[in-house]
Amino acid sequence: MARLTLAEIIDRHESELLDEWLRRQKESLTSRRDLVSDEELRTDSRNLLSVLREAAAIEDIAKPVWDRGRDLLADLSRRRAVLGFSPNETATFVFSLKQPLFERITGAAGEDSKHAAELIWYTSTLLDRLGLYTTETFQKSREELIIRQQQELLELSTPVVELWTGVLAIPLIGTLDSNRTQVVMQNLLEAIVAKGASLAIIDITGVPTVDTLVAQHLLKTVAAARLMGAECIISGIRPQIAQTIIHIGVDLGSVITKATLADAFQLALRKAGLSVGKFQERA
Amino acid sequence: MERIPILKVRDCLLVTIQVDMHDRLAMTLQDDLTEQIVSQRARGVLIDISALDVVDSFIGRMLSNIAGMSRILDAETVVVGMQPSVAITLVELGLSLPGIRTALNVDRGMDLLSASRGSEDGPV
Repeated sequence: MARLTLAEIIDRHESELLDEWLRRQKESLTSRRDLVSDEELRTDSRNLLSVLREAAAIEDIAKPVWDRGRDLLADLSRRRAVLGFSPNETATFVFSLKQPLFERITGAAGEDSKHAAELIWYTSTLLDRLGLYTTETFQKSREELIIRQQQELLELSTPVVELWTGVLAIPLIGTLDSNRTQVVMQNLLEAIVAKGASLAIIDITGVPTVDTLVAQHLLKTVAAARLMGAECIISGIRPQIAQTIIHIGVDLGSVITKATLADAFQLALRKAGLSVGKFQERA
Repeated sequence: MERIPILKVRDCLLVTIQVDMHDRLAMTLQDDLTEQIVSQRARGVLIDISALDVVDSFIGRMLSNIAGMSRILDAETVVVGMQPSVAITLVELGLSLPGIRTALNVDRGMDLLSASRGSEDGPV
């Protein structure tokens, strides 16, 4: 009997392979059945089988003949990642095709066990590569998600609040890198224009470390606010931060600094010509 | 020849920069301003740059020059109306215009000028 190639075996037994593969997938996906519809599973599997049939002869999945296959797997991987599947579960989609294929191969090879062994090894390596490719794409899409979330976090954690007419407070939480500084500066300056503020209190209680770079970013923000006609007070300076600033030799120039936001607010009121007093007790 | 109009508001001069500044225009402005500070006995100069999207080192230098000249003539200069994006760019470029006073708008600028003069002048 002529030695059958992998492509030919798939061609002959396509519908059986599809059914058995789907059955195995559903078995392994028991906890997630509600997330992926049967239709979707069937379409994805059928597509991959047909790609496999076309490109099975080429071992290297980086070659152009595998382009459609890689796109298919990348798309599947991304979709599953968004649904919250683990990379194992997504790779299992590919690996669960092994058993059905191996059975057909041994059946087709019959007495020729050497041919069977070669073909099984080839198929196994090929499917391994495809499975690993889904994991790779999975990682990549997770990384993209993380980057997007980081960006959103950046936006979220730089609020500007109006403490009093014309007095703004910017509580900074977390490290101050150049990206964050850009966002802070923009938010602050836009708020200065919108509220007509003449004073901004930048509170750094939530900033864990202040090194020369962070200090530079702070001073830049103060300078930008000054150009808009608003004065800045930096508050929330913890004792260790005060020590660090002196040790590393940062020159804060003429920027007013206060240990607490309360002190800064008191100063702000004084500059606005206001004072806080108790109501007089009526006799 | 185009000139930038100079308006008198109480005892201050108001200049609004709305067009692209080039060398000759800047020189003319400086000439006109210094002349008017003396002839009108102005005590303050307000430069409104709210129409400028971009402020480069040329304009920065021009503003510094005007501030310097006015100071010699005993007039205080205040730059008003800087747009947030301009402020950020200037700061990033390290041109934070030292020695130039700034205010959010013309109103505040006027207040600033009268406040600083109030502390100088007293009964003669």
